[in-house]
Amino acid sequence: MNTILEIKDLKVHYYSNRQTVRAINELSLTMDRGKVLGLVGETGAGKTTLALSILNMIRAPQGKIVAGSIHFNGQDVLHMGAQELRNMRGKEVSMIFQDPMTALNPVLTIGDQIAETIYKHEKVSREEAWKKARIMLETVGIPGDRAKEYPHQFSGGMKQRVVIALALACNPMLLLADEPTTALDVTIQAQVLDLMRSLIRNHQTSVLFITHSLGLVAENCDEVATMYAGEIVEYGTVEQVYGNTLHPYTQGLFGSLPDLSKNASRLKPISGLMPDPTNLPKGCYFHPRCPHVMPICKEKHPEPAVTDGHLVKCHLYHRKQGN
Amino acid sequence: MLNADRKTPILKVEHLKKYFHVAAGKLHAVDDISFDIMKGETLGMVGESGCGKSTTGRLLVRLHEADSGSIQYDGTEVTKASPREMLALRTRMQMIFQDPYSSINPRHTVASIIGEPLRIYKKVKNAQEFEDRVHSLMKTVGLADRLYDAYPHELDGGRRQRIGIARALALEPEFIVCDEPVSALDVSIQAQILNLLMDLQEQFGLTYLFITHDLSVVKHISDDIVIMYLGQIVERANTDELFAHPIHPYSQALLSAIPIPKLNARKERVILRSEVSSPINPKPGCRFAPRCSYAKPDCAASDPVLREVSPGRFVACHYAESFI
Repeated sequence: MNTILEIKDLKVHYYSNRQTVRAINELSLTMDRGKVLGLVGETGAGKTTLALSILNMIRAPQGKIVAGSIHFNGQDVLHMGAQELRNMRGKEVSMIFQDPMTALNPVLTIGDQIAETIYKHEKVSREEAWKKARIMLETVGIPGDRAKEYPHQFSGGMKQRVVIALALACNPMLLLADEPTTALDVTIQAQVLDLMRSLIRNHQTSVLFITHSLGLVAENCDEVATMYAGEIVEYGTVEQVYGNTLHPYTQGLFGSLPDLSKNASRLKPISGLMPDPTNLPKGCYFHPRCPHVMPICKEKHPEPAVTDGHLVKCHLYHRKQGN
Repeated sequence: MLNADRKTPILKVEHLKKYFHVAAGKLHAVDDISFDIMKGETLGMVGESGCGKSTTGRLLVRLHEADSGSIQYDGTEVTKASPREMLALRTRMQMIFQDPYSSINPRHTVASIIGEPLRIYKKVKNAQEFEDRVHSLMKTVGLADRLYDAYPHELDGGRRQRIGIARALALEPEFIVCDEPVSALDVSIQAQILNLLMDLQEQFGLTYLFITHDLSVVKHISDDIVIMYLGQIVERANTDELFAHPIHPYSQALLSAIPIPKLNARKERVILRSEVSSPINPKPGCRFAPRCSYAKPDCAASDPVLREVSPGRFVACHYAESFI
């Protein structure tokens, strides 16, 4: 079986002040082994919630996976016991968090933090784990001698490399990279991504690459999914989505970016704002901002239309197909 | 555009320096920079975190006191202006801040934030005039009238940034320092704010210093660009010329690192060695040399000076000619 991750009709809600935040709405997604899937969307689209759901880390009581299923490598993640989850997290599925400043424990040396992960998951002695931790640090370009230093002794770019070393320490099958370079400067970002790419290629790791940068997706991913208001509105290979952008929201994201090769005087932003997740509009969630809105969009939530694996959730394409 | 006015510099900065005293020594935040900005144009200032671009912006409107050097704004020396002169200058120079969450007072309403400069400078005579003026400012930046009495926490980042812009416009300034005004915003909102800033420039003939680390944004909005590295300007050029052909090795690396949202745009990337060195007590010589792949032994020996290598093109590199 070539599928590493299968998410079906996932629904995640957060509860606050008697309001329900509908963070993820009937999201389905399949990922193949060894592929890098880019997940793009703006703040509040539910990208991080999706990554946390895959690790079954949505915190109760404020958050809850209400419906749906997540299968990782054939195992049902949502029905795992505590021990099974602990074995999976950090070993089979690991995560790179967005902010390297807060992802590391400030009172432990970085060597300790990496060795701990290795010691917990692999049948090795503590010395052995430390040795591996040093090798891991060297792979990400940090001298092994610095393993005894604390996070505050490193710069942002180096901390993010420590976080990457931590995430890749046990050769995970699936890596969830949540905006791994957003906090970094561009030249450092180039260094870190270069490193990540080579490590991933060597280990055949599948990656869910969460980002808001369409540029990074074009350069690093095989496939791309656009997320809006808790659902995937467009999905396909990078060639399909970039070559033939279908969903008006994805088109809007492209229009919002200044084009380096042209001298356009104005950008074409998406009008309006992200909908309030406690009160999503009826019909298509994007219709209040959509330039192509039709009467049906206000009434009926669009079903996905698929051509050659290129999925789009929009009424425009149902009409064209004559359904 | 007013062609007659086009080439008069409204702001002239010469040998500006600002050092901060920290426990480890002297932090050279801004180290001897000179540039000028033409009336009605936008100068983009790019560089990575810690290169001194925000400090420069703050020095220009005197939120920091310069250690040495001069800032001439339309003939007035900003660094030596008396409090009374400064008061007058502030009606002409304003600033838009990076973080729309911390730059506006959470306990004031939208109207009171936008109208505060009007009240301080007694620009309005009565309550009715105040209200009209605030409403018209809100309209200019695209804020709905119903938000007049709202508090900042009710609004998202994009709308908060619009408040910051409206406040900066309240006194009808000529020059605005925009310190990363869109970096805290999502792309679709970022595009709305960029369009707004460009419309306002056209409408009121504003001059901008646009500070950012986002190279696609700076290319979109600027006429000229200065690139900073560790407190110094390494290259200054016309935007199109710079993007067509960066000369300084740091500019080359920086431009090649921009991710392009297009198929098959993957290009040869200059991956820099190591990381930015510390701006605290920097060693003499070229500050970029430790990361530069073209560095020669004498690069560390003497400071490269920013010099004109071709008409209108300034580069601070000993070997600039070999990159032309």
